[in-house]
Amino acid sequence: MRIVFEKRESVSRRATVLVPVVSFVVSLIFGAILLAVSGANPFVTYAAMVKGAVGSWYGITETLVKAIPLMLTGLAVSVAFRMRFWNIGAEGQLTLGGVAAAGVALYWSQGLPGWTVLPLAILAGIVAGALWAGIPAVLKAYLKVDETLTTLMLNYVAILYSEHLYYIAWRAPGYNSGTAKFPETAWLPQIAGRANVGLIFAIILAILLWLVFKYTRWGFELKIIGENQTAARYLGINIAWNIVLALLLSGALSGLAGACEVLGLSRRLQQGLSVGYGYTAIIVAWMAQLNPIVILFVAILMAALLVGGDQIQMKMRLPASVGLVLQGMILIPMLAGTIFTEYRIRIVRPEKHA
Amino acid sequence: MIEALLLLTQILTITLRAGTSLIYAAVGEIYTERSGILNLGLEGMMLTGAVTAFATAFYTGSPWLGVLVAMGIGMIMAAIHAFLTVTMRANQVVSGLSITLFGTGLASFLGERLGPASNNGNLVGMVGPRFSPLEIPVLSQVPLVGALFKQDILTYLLYVLVPLAVYYLYKTRNGLNLRAVGEDPQTADAMGIDVTRTRYLYTILGGMLAGFGGAHLSLAYAPGWTENITGGRGWIAIALVIFAMWDPARAVLGAILFGGINAVQFRLQASGTTIPAAYLNMLPYLMTILVLVIMTWWENLSHRIGAPAALGKAYMREEK
Repeated sequence: MRIVFEKRESVSRRATVLVPVVSFVVSLIFGAILLAVSGANPFVTYAAMVKGAVGSWYGITETLVKAIPLMLTGLAVSVAFRMRFWNIGAEGQLTLGGVAAAGVALYWSQGLPGWTVLPLAILAGIVAGALWAGIPAVLKAYLKVDETLTTLMLNYVAILYSEHLYYIAWRAPGYNSGTAKFPETAWLPQIAGRANVGLIFAIILAILLWLVFKYTRWGFELKIIGENQTAARYLGINIAWNIVLALLLSGALSGLAGACEVLGLSRRLQQGLSVGYGYTAIIVAWMAQLNPIVILFVAILMAALLVGGDQIQMKMRLPASVGLVLQGMILIPMLAGTIFTEYRIRIVRPEKHA
Repeated sequence: MIEALLLLTQILTITLRAGTSLIYAAVGEIYTERSGILNLGLEGMMLTGAVTAFATAFYTGSPWLGVLVAMGIGMIMAAIHAFLTVTMRANQVVSGLSITLFGTGLASFLGERLGPASNNGNLVGMVGPRFSPLEIPVLSQVPLVGALFKQDILTYLLYVLVPLAVYYLYKTRNGLNLRAVGEDPQTADAMGIDVTRTRYLYTILGGMLAGFGGAHLSLAYAPGWTENITGGRGWIAIALVIFAMWDPARAVLGAILFGGINAVQFRLQASGTTIPAAYLNMLPYLMTILVLVIMTWWENLSHRIGAPAALGKAYMREEK
């Protein structure tokens, strides 16, 4: 008896929905085992996480606070992943977006009319993120330099630079770290609890991206480049230029996430800007199978895991990283399951020889 | 003159110590990639290896047991990667990334949970048994070369392991089979080599060495476990593989280059330079990018491709 994978004629819709759900459940089970082994009651822990994340208005708004950067960076990496460009640099692009927005808010908008400061700060964040993603894009497009490594290395560079700014160069007098609070003209309004207008940006951008991917020629081009570069070349698609363009967009979205973080949440540049959203974004995008609308919901789920983790840290003195373990675990069964969306499993009995 | 020699010897000593974990991880990754599997889970495996090695040594008093556990953890994580990419034919990049994401979360959870109750379960700041440098009499006193003989036992092990890795890859039947699987799995299969088995084997071997490298970080290089102890070394090791053009001996050269940057960084910081520390700390990462650009540019120019031809591609026997 032998197990054979047969390619399906079309992607199984049922498997597309079922696989992520089952994966989430598997990761919960694994997490429960880990908790139990380390001497914590998994049921009590999970109940506390759920209650912490969605059991109160405060919890819900805090979940949204973390969902905003996850939505934006999730969308960001999904643009790049669509063409199989492995941008794992969303973290650095977000950080640099935050830095640029902070720079405008604090230093580079002196003498300008008050109402221009906020839009300029957001724009600076977007441009900084785009340019930071543009470096590995150009290296890949024109020199074929491996992008996973370059995007990742640039994360460390961006984070070190931001640390240098808030610990030394831009540190407010009298503080150990962190810049001065931004002037109120640079504050991005909060709409629910601490959740800011970035939420609306994320929803609008997700819809726009969905339309672009589904209905425009450019969306189609990205998809073809991702699936079959040779075919793309025959169709006359300029691959190099598309890589740069898509990565500028990807970086811009992450930069916007960083700008929203500093302008709408901390309102100063300080420790805690880079907390790994750019990496969780990879899980968000892949679990949502790169669908922009689904990304919004997966981002909320991942944010809930983070907030739940924070809550059990405060209430039960368990490590907040439980949330990270659960997140990290999700993709593993998901990857194992993806084969079922594209292949059918058949058991072949050995042929009897006469 | 004597002083300059002593200083140089000291820098070389630190260079080698800083490069050790990189050599373990890079040699392992070379073997994995030679079989056609790209393992981006290295960083996660090194991190998890580092934390479990430290915790084991801390409680049992035996750093060797710590190394063993780290190797075991690396093997398990690599086996998951092999299962996903070889058997389930998942995308190798995404699978490796998820192993790293999972490993990062797991390592930070274990670091905050495995420590003693008196420290709130935290392992950070704990002091455990470790591998100290063992100076070899006479030899360690020779200028420059002496740097080779002021290391810990895990580094000394490399003096045997690396030549062995080179010999195995190029001079043995198994090494030949491994290279065949990475270059042309169809032909290898036709020659009777079990492609699936080979890929599992060397992916797991690579994970084992990554765990080993992680153990060196927490048990020899750093004073103990700290959050994010690897600081991207798993990724730098992958870049080293490209730099080394998939040759274990050249990986040592690359690791020394990167270890050297670490050593110079320490030296400059100790001498009270006015260059901000953040800029010095950026050096290894900027250097990695530079090395990648130069290597890729040179490969394009010389039309030499160092990567195994089947790297990153799933092998499907059934597909016609």
